[in-house]
Amino acid sequence: MQQNLSLEVLRSARRKAEEAEVFSASARATTVQFEANELKQVQSRESSSIALRIFREGKIGSAIASGGGGWEALVDMAVETSQFGGPANFQFPSFHDHSKVRIFDPKVEKIAMERIVEIGKELIAKVKGHTGDILCDVQITKGTSSVSLINSQGGEGGYDKSFFSLGLEGILVRDTDILWVEDSESSCRSDLIGIDELADRVIWQLEMARKKATVPTKLLPIIFTPHGVASALLSPLVLAFNGKAVVEGASPLKDKLREQVFDKKLSLWDDATVAYGVGSYPFDDEGVPSQRLPLVVNGVVTSFLYDLQTAALAGTKSTGNGRRAGGGFPSPAISSLVLEKGEMSFQVMVKDMKEGLIVEEVMGAEQGNILGGDFGGNVLLGYKVENGEIVGRVKDTMIAGNVYQVLKELPGIGQEARWVGGTLRTPPLYCSGVSVTTKGN
Amino acid sequence: MRDLIGEALKGHDADYVEIHFEESQATSFVYRGQRLEEISRARSIGGNVRALVKGSWGFVSFNQLDGLKEKVAVAVKEAKLASREPFKLFRTEPVADTVESQLKKDATTIPLATKKELLDSYNDIMLSSPKIQSTRINYRDMKRRTTFANSEGSYIEQIKTDLTARLTAIAREDNEIQQAGLSLGSNGEFSVVEGLDEKARGIARRAAALLSAPQVKAGEYTVILDPVLAGVFAHEAFGHLSESDHVYQNENLRQIMVLGKRFGGKHLNIVDDPTMPSLRGSYKYDDEGTPARKAYLIREGVLEGRLHSRETAAKMGETATGNARAINYHFPPIVRMSNTLIEPGSISFEQMLGDIEEGVYVKDWYGGTTSLEMFTFSAGEAYMIRRGKLAELLRPVVLTGNVFTTLENIDAIGDDLEMNQGGGCGKAGQYPLPVSDGSPHIRIRHCVVGGR
Repeated sequence: MQQNLSLEVLRSARRKAEEAEVFSASARATTVQFEANELKQVQSRESSSIALRIFREGKIGSAIASGGGGWEALVDMAVETSQFGGPANFQFPSFHDHSKVRIFDPKVEKIAMERIVEIGKELIAKVKGHTGDILCDVQITKGTSSVSLINSQGGEGGYDKSFFSLGLEGILVRDTDILWVEDSESSCRSDLIGIDELADRVIWQLEMARKKATVPTKLLPIIFTPHGVASALLSPLVLAFNGKAVVEGASPLKDKLREQVFDKKLSLWDDATVAYGVGSYPFDDEGVPSQRLPLVVNGVVTSFLYDLQTAALAGTKSTGNGRRAGGGFPSPAISSLVLEKGEMSFQVMVKDMKEGLIVEEVMGAEQGNILGGDFGGNVLLGYKVENGEIVGRVKDTMIAGNVYQVLKELPGIGQEARWVGGTLRTPPLYCSGVSVTTKGN
Repeated sequence: MRDLIGEALKGHDADYVEIHFEESQATSFVYRGQRLEEISRARSIGGNVRALVKGSWGFVSFNQLDGLKEKVAVAVKEAKLASREPFKLFRTEPVADTVESQLKKDATTIPLATKKELLDSYNDIMLSSPKIQSTRINYRDMKRRTTFANSEGSYIEQIKTDLTARLTAIAREDNEIQQAGLSLGSNGEFSVVEGLDEKARGIARRAAALLSAPQVKAGEYTVILDPVLAGVFAHEAFGHLSESDHVYQNENLRQIMVLGKRFGGKHLNIVDDPTMPSLRGSYKYDDEGTPARKAYLIREGVLEGRLHSRETAAKMGETATGNARAINYHFPPIVRMSNTLIEPGSISFEQMLGDIEEGVYVKDWYGGTTSLEMFTFSAGEAYMIRRGKLAELLRPVVLTGNVFTTLENIDAIGDDLEMNQGGGCGKAGQYPLPVSDGSPHIRIRHCVVGGR
């Protein structure tokens, strides 16, 4: 039905515009939600949307409709916006065949709700087995989505995707001290998610946070765990590699293509072809085939992320990173980021530090001048290292730094990488000279 | 519609069922530098059903409005999968009402051309300023028509409008990049985005000035927060802690947040009030149909109340405050703030400055978040204070601290209340919810200010 509707919208748009593109998406998901260790709510969501983009008198117009019936107004709304739209500086791709990226597992849909409830109970039981008075919120989601895209250049394609995610957030309150622990995983395949591994990581956090420690206000070495990398360092980089920031000259990397900006040990990929990765797709939301794109190779900046329109402005080709948040207007965005692992084990990093911090989670890391590369915030979960030993959790502590300074020379990159939240695979990063501020010093 | 809903609400074996319908339309503009990068219109239709059976919830959201009775059945079936302790919702009287929006100049009816002309002019002002490399303008207005009905006989139709805008100027010199911005919002009243020429000029000037501004030396300072930032502090630091869904099942947190406990000086009053007229967080009924009311969170320094849904009120033996809100029909209502503010005191800004030897004056909102105990937020603008006088402009600073000690450390509350309507609140994946917050200037001793 959706397919016919897309065709109908395309036909009616073409009567008023030179070119048109219709993107339709639908999703069904069920979430089982535990609150304070108990099953509180089961929730199912169904959504569908159709987005229309047109070139009319050489200008771009766009509109989106979600839900029953709204699509009749699509063409009129797109025509209305096209009067004020930017110039149509690119062409829709006439795509057909794409490499098969594995993103659908028919088994996900068939997992019984009873089994999902059991998974949640198992996970909570395991964490409670370590710390009896912890209160856990657990969310488990299974779902499928489908995408179809057609355009007036004869381009046409569609795919189905499955997803399964598991997340736990634990809170432990003692007097007025509040400890949060957290971990999550997602994949297109449910059997790629390790319930025990997730529980073990949360238990490790609880174990490390058992004692309290204090740090002085000064420059210190910091190990960012995979979680910490995602929480503190990622946002400035994602912003800087966005082709839009590069084109307008706001990215610190704009003139740095083929230059050594980061440590030689550092290589970073945007990989939309990872098997069963939740960020993977056969073609992007504009019909451009997906790829494994090197962003940084041995510290040298090698490419930026582009969609069709931004690529045209930059005089280059789309990298297959045109994504539509909420089904709307395409914009360059990451698929999955993969930071290549290095050669130092986590234990060796810890042993190497005379005095330093391990950072798992930073609160408010996105509040500073992230466009300029700044990161920082309150260490929500982090541990102090003294003479090569983890001695306890730190509180009332802020870190601040700049990714271009910190990642320029790294004492070490971890040899074990893992997925964080489904769209970043990273090892721990061992950094030096990060500003640490603490209360009472 | 009303008959359809009435029919669907019959013949189930749940303890409680509610249905939401929603029709919305939105217009958005995105500028990046000289380019109007996106101009888009959106329409959305959908709804949801929520059912309570023996203490657990089932929830179904959908785009297709047919088969409502089956959707009720699915929600009931889902609720039966869970097995919590049964409870009764806090009792509220069924309401039948229709709420229209009353705007002088409804943004959603202003022609696209008018909006574009206005935004173009601000963009031009910023772009033509010295050292400005690029700009960002985000503008969005939306109108929602919502219908709420429940199995107790309530039937409420409401029209809600909302407007948000943010102007940002990005300055660059060599490899140095700095930005300054302004966030605005209203209940759909268009006038809030009119007449901003001078402000646009100011943003551009500030971004350029930041290029040569020093970074604050990290450490503990006496800080003065302007009304915007103090409002964000009230929201982040205490508002979230007052949301009962964090507290109601956590015995230890309940002890921390026991009513009657002292949190600050006698001068400290914090309220959440959805009944204030014409603000972004204003409404007549929440998304469970409970009438809105003003709630004192802290009165004269002592914890007096908290924000409730019908569930949390019932479970804590307190009164539902009308704070159950959902961002749209894809989500169930959860406990949220509305208009949150620190009530004004009697001290002037000059008096506050007067006895500070060295401190930091922080202004304007950039972001903020909380882990309940710890909060952090960043100022869009900051100045050193030396010997009771405002001194040099600083790079943006981040403030952090423990909620409980920081509330105690507020030693002066100003006489100049202002409400801030920029931004939006995020919780449990529901972002951005229209809220507002406000405060007079406040002074905090021993506040950790981050920098390098």
